[in-house]
Amino acid sequence: MPLVEIFGLGVIDNITSQYGYKVISNNLVYFLGGAGYTVFITALSLVMGMILGLFAGLGKLSNKKILCFLSTAYIDFFRGTPLFVQIFLLYFGILPLFYDNDPVTSAIIALGLNSGAYIGEIIRSGIQAVDHGQIEAARSLGMNQRQAMTHVILPQAFKIVIPPMINEFIALLKDSSLLSAITVPELMHRGDLVFANTYQATWVFGAIAVIYFIITKIISVIGDKVERRLATD
Amino acid sequence: MKKYGRLMIAVLLTVALVFSVAGCAGQTGDQNQAQQQQKVLKIGTNATFPPFEMQDNNEFTGFDMDLIRAIGEEQGYKVEINHMDFKALIPSLGNNKIDAAIAGMSITEERLESVDFTDAYFNAGLIIAVANSNESIKTTEDLKGRKLAAQNGTIGAAYCVEVKKQDPKTETRIFDDIGAAFMELEKGGVDAVVNDHPVTAYYLKTTTSTKAKMVGDIFSADDQYGIAVKKGNAETLDMLNEGLNKIKANGKYDEIYKKWF
Repeated sequence: MPLVEIFGLGVIDNITSQYGYKVISNNLVYFLGGAGYTVFITALSLVMGMILGLFAGLGKLSNKKILCFLSTAYIDFFRGTPLFVQIFLLYFGILPLFYDNDPVTSAIIALGLNSGAYIGEIIRSGIQAVDHGQIEAARSLGMNQRQAMTHVILPQAFKIVIPPMINEFIALLKDSSLLSAITVPELMHRGDLVFANTYQATWVFGAIAVIYFIITKIISVIGDKVERRLATD
Repeated sequence: MKKYGRLMIAVLLTVALVFSVAGCAGQTGDQNQAQQQQKVLKIGTNATFPPFEMQDNNEFTGFDMDLIRAIGEEQGYKVEINHMDFKALIPSLGNNKIDAAIAGMSITEERLESVDFTDAYFNAGLIIAVANSNESIKTTEDLKGRKLAAQNGTIGAAYCVEVKKQDPKTETRIFDDIGAAFMELEKGGVDAVVNDHPVTAYYLKTTTSTKAKMVGDIFSADDQYGIAVKKGNAETLDMLNEGLNKIKANGKYDEIYKKWF
């Protein structure tokens, strides 16, 4: 099929001869390094968010008024204010009071605190979704509240929260682009820097979008696998 | 109850749709009218760069703003100013969202590939700002291997990247606006801010709580500001140059200069 070949080559030549293409090919390694930061920061934030979220979720269900109040206040604040505002507030306002804060650790703390609030709600709803008969059964077998929670309720809730957790992971990964404002060298920031010197908006942000999409797609595929495996147990 | 709920939503959506269409029609009508009355010059700027451009009580003020309004007045244009990211200015010229950009923009080789500049209207240069307590940075040589901050898309940022090329141990933090770069310096996150001299001087003069100072000489002194237009837009370019020459001749330029510097 020579016609297709000629046509195809023409299109490829046309694309590769453009300035925007050169900008992307020259900066691809730089962008992928940024994607590395994006994944690294998001993953650590998610771990921090899970720990905070577990406490916040359990706290919100607690009978102890003070625990319930603290958890609710934490969740309300971080869900009720924009992440962008939280990033600036933490980076320039609060964290400098505690240590000589740098962009990357500040980023992990800001994203971790924010995702902890959302994960807290995910875990609370996961626990509440487990049939109430389960805890009654566990208690009637002689387990105390704590044992019933750790051995009966949480393992079942864990399965329920997997899909919303994958959702949260993907949302967090995309939200990490806001960290660009405090010069975290993640994907969006690197795109911004290259764009500011080349003005190739379509090429630069097109490439950035493709890289984000590939990462989130990988996460959702892995999420589906985990879900399926747990379902067959 | 459920039925009524659905009905309500349907009614609300219909009303919203009607109003939004009506709103559109009204807006375009007004715009046409305005265009007939006076020619509009759509200007893009990044109003975070005092004393050249900033916002005060929801008004755009500063040297550049006064300058472009004076040119508009001279040439019979109604000047409409739009705030946007500094780095979005040149792309906005490219797709005709704005007619011209005035934003303390230095005339550089790279930018001349994408836009045309008027004659220079201001001669700036770069300066280093450091914390008051900092005694180790005196000249541009001392910037190597340090933590540097600047604003994205500026000559200062390009300079920082250049320093990093010479010494990879240098760390650069490039913020979207210059205010954040100064905040980073004040909180001790970076050792120095590299930025246009007039802006840094104005910041230090007007920020009474500042813990920063300027060091060394002004460098990169061929750093000249111009008004950018879309490449090939000779009509707007000539109009702006003519206006610039007029206000330089009639003393308006000097008046504005004295007001801000």
